[in-house]
Amino acid sequence: MAVSQLVGAKIHRREDPRLITGHGHYIDDFTRQGAAYVAFVRSPHAHARIKSIDITDASKAPGVAGVYTARDFKGQLAGTHPAAPAFVAEKKYIPERFPIAEKEVCYQGEIVAAVLADTKGQAADGANLIQVDYEELPAVMDLEKALKDGGPKVHDGAADNVSWDLTFTGPDVTDAAFKEADVVVKQRILQNRLAPVPMEPRGVLAEYETYDKKLTIWMSSQSPHFIRLFVSGAMGLKESQVRVISPDVGGGFGSKISPYPEDYLVPALSRLAERPVKWIETRTESIQNATHGRGQYYDVEVAAKTDGTLLGLRVTQFLDVGAYCGTFSAFQACACLMAGGAYKWKGISARTIGILTNRVPTDPYRGAGRPEATHLVERMVDLVAGELKMDPVEIRRKNFIQPQDFPFTQNFGLVVDSGDYEKALDVAVKLAGYDDLRKKQADLRKQGKYLGIGLSTWIELCGFGPSAATAPATGGIALVESAQVRVTPTGSVIVYTGTHSHGQGHETTFSQLAADQLGVPYESIELRHGDTSEGTAFGYGTYGSRSLAVGGVAISKAVGKVIDKGKKLAAHMLEAAEEDVVYEHGSFHVKGSPDKAKAFGEVAFASYGMSLPEGMEQGLEAVAYFDPPNLVWPFGTHIAVVEVDAETGSAKLEKYIAVDDCGNIINPMIVDGQIHGGIAQAIGQALYEEVVYDEDTGQLKTGTMIDYMVPSAGEIPPMSLDHTVTPSPTNDLGVKGIGEAGTIAASAAVINAICDALSPLGIKHVDMPATPDRLWHMMKGTSK
Amino acid sequence: MIPAAFEYARASSVEEASNLLSKFGEDAKVLAGGHSLIPLMRLRLAQPSALVDINGLKDLDHIKEDGRKLRVGALTRHVTIQNSSTVKEKLPLLAEIAGEVGDNQVRNMGTMGGVIAHADAAGDYPTLALMLDADIVTNQRTIPANEFFKDLFTTALAPDEIVTEVVFPVATGAHKYVKFRRRLFDWAIVGVAAQKMNGGWRIGLTNVGPTPVRATAVEEALHKGAQPEEAAQHASDELDPAGDLRASPEYKKHLARVLTKRAINQAEGRQ
Repeated sequence: MAVSQLVGAKIHRREDPRLITGHGHYIDDFTRQGAAYVAFVRSPHAHARIKSIDITDASKAPGVAGVYTARDFKGQLAGTHPAAPAFVAEKKYIPERFPIAEKEVCYQGEIVAAVLADTKGQAADGANLIQVDYEELPAVMDLEKALKDGGPKVHDGAADNVSWDLTFTGPDVTDAAFKEADVVVKQRILQNRLAPVPMEPRGVLAEYETYDKKLTIWMSSQSPHFIRLFVSGAMGLKESQVRVISPDVGGGFGSKISPYPEDYLVPALSRLAERPVKWIETRTESIQNATHGRGQYYDVEVAAKTDGTLLGLRVTQFLDVGAYCGTFSAFQACACLMAGGAYKWKGISARTIGILTNRVPTDPYRGAGRPEATHLVERMVDLVAGELKMDPVEIRRKNFIQPQDFPFTQNFGLVVDSGDYEKALDVAVKLAGYDDLRKKQADLRKQGKYLGIGLSTWIELCGFGPSAATAPATGGIALVESAQVRVTPTGSVIVYTGTHSHGQGHETTFSQLAADQLGVPYESIELRHGDTSEGTAFGYGTYGSRSLAVGGVAISKAVGKVIDKGKKLAAHMLEAAEEDVVYEHGSFHVKGSPDKAKAFGEVAFASYGMSLPEGMEQGLEAVAYFDPPNLVWPFGTHIAVVEVDAETGSAKLEKYIAVDDCGNIINPMIVDGQIHGGIAQAIGQALYEEVVYDEDTGQLKTGTMIDYMVPSAGEIPPMSLDHTVTPSPTNDLGVKGIGEAGTIAASAAVINAICDALSPLGIKHVDMPATPDRLWHMMKGTSK
Repeated sequence: MIPAAFEYARASSVEEASNLLSKFGEDAKVLAGGHSLIPLMRLRLAQPSALVDINGLKDLDHIKEDGRKLRVGALTRHVTIQNSSTVKEKLPLLAEIAGEVGDNQVRNMGTMGGVIAHADAAGDYPTLALMLDADIVTNQRTIPANEFFKDLFTTALAPDEIVTEVVFPVATGAHKYVKFRRRLFDWAIVGVAAQKMNGGWRIGLTNVGPTPVRATAVEEALHKGAQPEEAAQHASDELDPAGDLRASPEYKKHLARVLTKRAINQAEGRQ
């Protein structure tokens, strides 16, 4: 590797040659001798009572090895779906959830039966022969109707449809601000429900060894240790009897964090049938059953002064929980805590209401709560600017938290560790040629053309998280991170991390980090993850832009411990005092005498031999856990330039500028890749994607990728990227997360640009997705 | 998902293919490029009892100039049509349309005959065939395009009848196909084809009804000397499109008018 310093170098991703040539190992690449395939029979109804299930024909079908319904699993699986208590302190109602429905189905796609067969095709054919007699019940689809007393219930016989209703801060904290206000702006803001659509759908292969009572699960997961915890518990096994292996994972976006019904049913089927069992999700199953994201609306009010000073913000979040409370559904309420964005406010009041509906549950989806927060505050700031005829850049400048204010305690008591928001804004404004764009806009308006410029000065909290905050939020386990560093006798290094890449390039980034700190060749580092039988006792997984800022720091700590032991041993070998030994460029030497040195490899070899210092054990390895003192707080400015076709209402992105600050950067290429992907995903939300159910029947209308419109490369504009670097004081590496930044920032920039473009028509707000049909209707003054 | 079980036979002649279709009965389907049929089968929305594979019938893969006609074999792939110098010379609008079908994978496999026989309302070739009065040639007869497309996914073809060739007139005048879609590889939400021919205009609309539509009212208005903008107002006359997730009926009608104007203007080199 021809770079003197690996950290900060644009090194090509180590995993790419295998992944892009088809040599990766995804879940469907695995099988076991004698495996049976399972096909699940799923409810076609959003809400129905199961009167009877006739399995006669399916049982006799060719190749079918067994047909199973809820009662077959009663002795196999115990408990209910785990739901973290985060933000649901005033919890009202978390419906019981068994992985397979027995008497009532509550969303389209809920499992009612499983057919096991020798081949995938036979299992699918068998599943088609199952006859389920349903009695349809009214589907609860509309959030406002769901809240009304006396209406239908998502779960028959329930008291209401409210999963939680939590007031973080009451309206009283904003009374003074609103009294002082010259202007008050109100808006309802929708967050369209999204399907995660990872390129690789989910899949589970399980083998229960009857005599050894050992269970191995291969699956596509972001958090294999949590899966081991939940599945072993449900199956009545000890964690030590269960091994979860998550190989290469083709994307997750949050949808592969929580356990799913199939994660319990497939292992249980293996134990029941005494043979390995495999299930691979189809694309339609994925769109129908993988937890959705967003699915919310907000009622927001802002108070401001005539000079643009922001005073008060009132937010109520109405969140579509779906039919059951997801493991981290309520985490999305963090949108309330982040609603103030990059600005100073006298007061913010916030309330979140989690509402059950007969849809698939929602759970974190790339950004989880923070894109919603950015979208609402950035929209509201633009609405205030519009009302006051202020430039969107100026109103932001006026209200930013200033560099000297950090660490800044915001309205909800969270401590923003660092920031320089105006710096990123300045770079972005320059990169965009903002003043010229405004001139161009004015010219085009004279020609009847609608060009719009939209800003998003986003901030994020990520890197979950400090044990004091996260352990109560999950109900016990802190979301810290672990690492193990093992040095072999010949000096090569294996780094185990408790995080798990599902596309982030951890093998590259973490190897860069460890190789630099150890001063050994990049190629000497092997990064391992995703197998609960390797490395530390517990790994916490990858989500919430935490892997580097928590997991990377844990690796660095473990490397530090290895170096410390190496120093002791080298001092002994060099007959020098430990405090006189320095470690540089892979070599231990005596201070002032670079010739008196032992290479890292020599010390590693010696550590497995004899003549160690008094009391030192053999070996060179270390385990470290990192419990961060705070979260980390990335930020930046995105600018979108959009032209809306005056005749068709089609919004075309002309240009996209993103200036992001994630503190110190390990691999700029990977950071840019994360930004590119995140922006593309948010453009998807802003212009294209929406999970649509029939509002009466609860039938999913967007069950294929023809109807669920993920944008392709052809729809994504060229992006100009730049960075500012404000190191985080929260960790020794000075790093912050970047995995979600693009998604957090971009929907607001795009929609602000569209609203800006259409402002001459008196259009102030546009909901997502801003489809041509929707915009055309708005432009001609009729609502669709 | 996995398709339901089906019989499969590969034909070595059109006659054999027709006999196989008779043998397997009404639920049998012809397999050409498969880019509409196979996705439907994977979702089990189509469960044909048998597939008769005609991919071996190389003589159906041809592009021939025949006097004032252009004969395109049923098995000719979109990519071949798109790149054919004969098509570019004799009916450049067809080459343009072929280049706008789906993505590379679809264009490498999909065929002229497949699109015509499948008769999807969003298919592009049926619009061109209808507006240019093309002939659909089968193993049994020749069917004028205006008698071929009966309804959504429904044609005049008998169960054992196979499209062998589509015969278009040569047309080299001003032309344009405007395909309005959200994503590059999508079907048209609405498409409009304009071709200047024999001193007049032919205007065809895609995906505004169960079958392709020839906008005769627009053609007539243009013939009487109306400006494109004015003539295009007739594009939605008598249209009753179904709404879907992408577009409401009123928006489709609006697009028909806007895109008709654009197609005519762009055909003549105006923006």
